[in-house]
Amino acid sequence: MIPRIYIPADSGALALGAEKVARAIEQELKERGVEAKIVRNGSRGAYFLEPMVEVATANGRVAYGPVKPSDVKSLFDCGFLKGGHHKRWLGAPDKIPFLAKQTRLTFARCGINDPLSLDAYKSLGGLKGLQNAVAMAPADVVKQVTESGLRGRGGAGFPTGIKWKTVLDTTSERKYIVCNADEGDSATFADRMIMEGDPFVLIEGMTIAGIATGATKGFVYIRSEYPHAIATMNKAVAIARKAGVLGLNVLGSPNAFDMEIRAGAGAYVCGEETSLLNSLEGKRGVVRAKPPLPAIQGLFGKPTVINNVISLASVPIIMDKGAAFYKDFGMGRSRGTIPIQIAGNVRNGGLFETAFGLTLGEIVDDIGGGTASGRPVKAVQVGGPLGAYFPRALFDTPFDYEEFAKRDGLIGHAGITVFDDTADMLKQARFAMEFCAIESCGKCTPCRIGSTRGVEVLDKVAAGIEADKNLALVTDLCNTMKFGSLCALGGFTPYPVMSSITHFPEDFKPAPARVAAE
Amino acid sequence: MPMQPASTQIASRTAAIIQELKGLEGPLLPILHGIQEEFGHVPQASVPVIADELNLSRAEVHGVVTFYHDFRARPAGRHVLKLCQAEACQSMGSDAVAAKIKQLLGIDFHGTTADGSVTLEPVYCLGLCACSPSAMLDGEVIGRLDDEKIEEIVAEVRS
Repeated sequence: MIPRIYIPADSGALALGAEKVARAIEQELKERGVEAKIVRNGSRGAYFLEPMVEVATANGRVAYGPVKPSDVKSLFDCGFLKGGHHKRWLGAPDKIPFLAKQTRLTFARCGINDPLSLDAYKSLGGLKGLQNAVAMAPADVVKQVTESGLRGRGGAGFPTGIKWKTVLDTTSERKYIVCNADEGDSATFADRMIMEGDPFVLIEGMTIAGIATGATKGFVYIRSEYPHAIATMNKAVAIARKAGVLGLNVLGSPNAFDMEIRAGAGAYVCGEETSLLNSLEGKRGVVRAKPPLPAIQGLFGKPTVINNVISLASVPIIMDKGAAFYKDFGMGRSRGTIPIQIAGNVRNGGLFETAFGLTLGEIVDDIGGGTASGRPVKAVQVGGPLGAYFPRALFDTPFDYEEFAKRDGLIGHAGITVFDDTADMLKQARFAMEFCAIESCGKCTPCRIGSTRGVEVLDKVAAGIEADKNLALVTDLCNTMKFGSLCALGGFTPYPVMSSITHFPEDFKPAPARVAAE
Repeated sequence: MPMQPASTQIASRTAAIIQELKGLEGPLLPILHGIQEEFGHVPQASVPVIADELNLSRAEVHGVVTFYHDFRARPAGRHVLKLCQAEACQSMGSDAVAAKIKQLLGIDFHGTTADGSVTLEPVYCLGLCACSPSAMLDGEVIGRLDDEKIEEIVAEVRS
């Protein structure tokens, strides 16, 4: 048997030097005259161990990481092709604590094999959900997704099955499935990982959505900041088409479904669903008023399912193992698993898929291992740039849509950014306003103008000019933005701002007092 | 300075790109990406050609081009360096990284060095949030920027 070496080609691994490691291994193989097959897999998501190289041995996979090009010679000397010991030795990848503690449903296959091998996909249970779906009546597929309790993983948490039912029940000669892969929130990379590491699961999920609702065309709108994901998805769609997974007869059934990959153009607001639809239509990515709901009048005015990548990628396992299986994980009204992305100033950064219900403290301290800098954690922002900053005092909050809402926060796309005690929360609040000003589509006044005024007023607070009065003004402005904006950009920018003011008032004290305090 | 093709040449190359992509549903963004790939920016001379081919007004096309951060009005430098300035990177010192790079290159964000070697831009998230602070140089991703990597980048774009 020729040894197989797995070297991730995921963007995160590439950013940490995986390509140089791959070249060094190739070179070393040549110099030593050793024959081995190099497989470029996705990432398993333990980024603190990337580039993580795995070797398939007689006793299963053995992982090494983080591997530097300078480690390669000694890896060969230690007999790593047979799993030999080395300072980078990690053992069986599924026994690495960060990975062993996870419940991987959506990410079950991510990072294990060549993402573009349809055979590898099938060998690990791929296409079973779609096979079940093509044999069922559309309404039954919708029913199963509804019963699973799956809620939109993009941030809003709307029940996926209900959205699908609306599209199924709306008569039209043409319907669309649109996948929102405009993952612009800082701290989130789950969509990117799936598209780069297991693209067929997204294709399968979208195809099931098409069959369930009577839609025959799908679009994946991927942000242009993700060139690797765009390339992988384009290749995967071509492979799926050739294999009859997509086309006029999906898996030999009478159902037709095909899809296209589209690139965004750098507008954050296009992650908002109606803005995304306008962008796909070739317009300015301006937010639309709802109603009409996209499920009734969406892309080109036709009934459209618009779901996040993770929502769609979670559908195949639901259709494979059943609604009850999926629903069994989680707590309260948050069912199933959620890929939590632990990011920023954290020791063990990466993707951690688990059932809902872990507390924020468990995620940050136990799994994340505290800060990378070794300093105390000051704040964590949950849910991206529109999510609230949580202090340690709220670390008992369970990871659940409703529990976070109760504490004036949101889980959003489940990204968590950790900040150490050097963070200046006034600066973070100002950035939230500044970001909103840069990215506002301009449709509604509270967002368009309010964000700029917010920056100015917070600058006054920072300069110590009538701080109390100006903080009252910011609070009032946030209230206007929250209730007067059409979409989440203007509507949720108050979350990071107000949570900073509420939980970290000492950072908003007038400048002389702040200096004196330090 | 890169040579600017004459506007008639721009028009004919624009028309060729449009012909290739016109059959798509909602073809404007793919067309604009195609044009930017061809010319390195979206030339003014392309706008009336697109408007004519897609039966839109020039104002509508202009509105779309200027809405999106990606589309450039003029060519960028030979290299494009994007530095992530979003929260996860902020928590790992992206402000200091940006300040250092700006100083080394002698330009601010959205600027191009006088010799046309590099354009510096902020970007709000590259999805490398567990490898912060991050950057993208000509489409290649770079994580955990430190002084050594910053110097490597600066040396590469200057060469």
